[in-house]
Amino acid sequence: MSIEVKNITHIYSEGMPYESVALQEVSFSVADGEFVGIIGHTGSGKSTLVQHLNGLLKPKSGAIFIGDVDITGEKVLMRDIRRRIGLVFQYPEYQLFEETVHKDVAFGPINLGLSEEETDHRVREAIGLVGLDYQELAERSPFELSGGQKRRIAIAGVIAMKPEVLILDEPTAGLDPRAHKEILDMIRSIHSTEKNITLLISHNMNDIAALSDKVLVMERGQVAMMGTPREVFSKGAELKKMGLALPPAAEFMDRMKEKGFPAETSVLTKEEALEALLFQLKDNREQVVQ
Amino acid sequence: MNLMETIIRIENLIFEYKREEEQEVVRAIDNVSLEIPRGSFTAIIGRNGSGKSTLAKNLNALLLPTSGEIWIDGYNTRDPESLWQVRQRAGMVFQNPDNQLVSSIVEDDVAFGPENLAIPPDEIRIRVDESLKAVGMYEERKKAPHLLSGGQKQRIAIAGVVAMKPQCIILDEPTAMLDPRGRDEVMAIMKKLHQEGITILLITHFMEEAAQAERVIIMDQGRICMDGTPEEIFARSREIRELSLDVPLPVELAEGLRENGIPVPRSIITTEEMVDYLCQLK
Repeated sequence: MSIEVKNITHIYSEGMPYESVALQEVSFSVADGEFVGIIGHTGSGKSTLVQHLNGLLKPKSGAIFIGDVDITGEKVLMRDIRRRIGLVFQYPEYQLFEETVHKDVAFGPINLGLSEEETDHRVREAIGLVGLDYQELAERSPFELSGGQKRRIAIAGVIAMKPEVLILDEPTAGLDPRAHKEILDMIRSIHSTEKNITLLISHNMNDIAALSDKVLVMERGQVAMMGTPREVFSKGAELKKMGLALPPAAEFMDRMKEKGFPAETSVLTKEEALEALLFQLKDNREQVVQ
Repeated sequence: MNLMETIIRIENLIFEYKREEEQEVVRAIDNVSLEIPRGSFTAIIGRNGSGKSTLAKNLNALLLPTSGEIWIDGYNTRDPESLWQVRQRAGMVFQNPDNQLVSSIVEDDVAFGPENLAIPPDEIRIRVDESLKAVGMYEERKKAPHLLSGGQKQRIAIAGVVAMKPQCIILDEPTAMLDPRGRDEVMAIMKKLHQEGITILLITHFMEEAAQAERVIIMDQGRICMDGTPEEIFARSREIRELSLDVPLPVELAEGLRENGIPVPRSIITTEEMVDYLCQLK
């Protein structure tokens, strides 16, 4: 299973005073099992793009192949697309609505027409996959849970549909550092268990660098770059021109370099930054030790 | 510290709410006392559920204390007669800009607060223009807010508060939903307003933002567990990690360098200071 996006263009309010081209001839492909980070500043077209991938929006022109099926085709059933492509919106906990955690997670599978038995199995599995205890939470109201737990239950509701492609829009926004780390670990473990294509939209460049096989950079409705995190984040000047940041460690080394410090630039994590600094400062270290 | 210098005074604040299902009482704020000097820049950090946002909502009478007292510029938040004085003096900015903008034109939105204070139209015109200039959004004054970026919308929300001429602005995770550019924009506005003498209280999960404040307060389980300058607070990195919080990257790098024999002073906590320090070594 792979995704092939071919030349899609989308125009909002076409023919109206506020007409704006949201996507312009966007093409890219995602291989089976790949984890792709999507970055771009507000209004660059990220959300418009992912809404095309699960059929919420139709492009004016172009095609989107999910496996062999062009989901922009006339005869494609939206229900089939949404079963295959799971989209977790920003702040998904606001979409919880059922009386119990079990019922909330079961809503999707029941709507797919699955049997009671299969639904029950999927609900248990999904709640386990998001790192929560089914026995403990199943009969509780989702509204009593902590912020981080609510968000995980909302994600479980999408995972229970067993999507072939999982799209997450800013899944860590507004969480404290611990809940943030827990959600990241959860995303990583779901990806390694399910081996599905995962697309992560985030402003957090640390998360993007840590999880992605490839990074897709959107700018003014077009694909500005696509490559490994190391390739993309080595282009600090270009990213900054687009209003984007580097992972904090890369940003730090970039600032050092601007000030004339002879630093390695392909650094992504704080461990790599520390290593690069120690390498450059080894003379100083010896002096200190003596 | 005398009364004149204190803009916010909190005495033994307790705030409790009832969980509907079990009728269980949850204590969100547990006996907090705090004084915020006029013109200061304070950051409050803490885990989700530590009581930060509840504290913020108590400061402008969106919530009232279960027990204890809060004075804003001498006005008690419990006194219904002084509600407008409290809200005019302590303005709030929330996380999601889309939930705080009410008008379809930027300048109308900024005028909403002063209109409610029954300020004469000529004066409102002046305040709206000044506020929009203060946040760098004057050029966008005739636009529709929904066509602006997240950072721009958040600046409009701040302008709406600035137009009330508050002495104090409380911002509850104002950058959580913004992209990096928007986050920088909002941080720069906060610093500028602080320089102009407005007291800033910033609630944030971003440690790099907290490191730029004059004072950092850490809340945990409804109590204040640390209170000091950023240098003092972030020097206690082990305790901070025990509270499941992060320390800013420069502090982590400094620790790593010290462990390897490079004596980075503990006073260094911001990126700028760290870069300058390391460059003079080379």
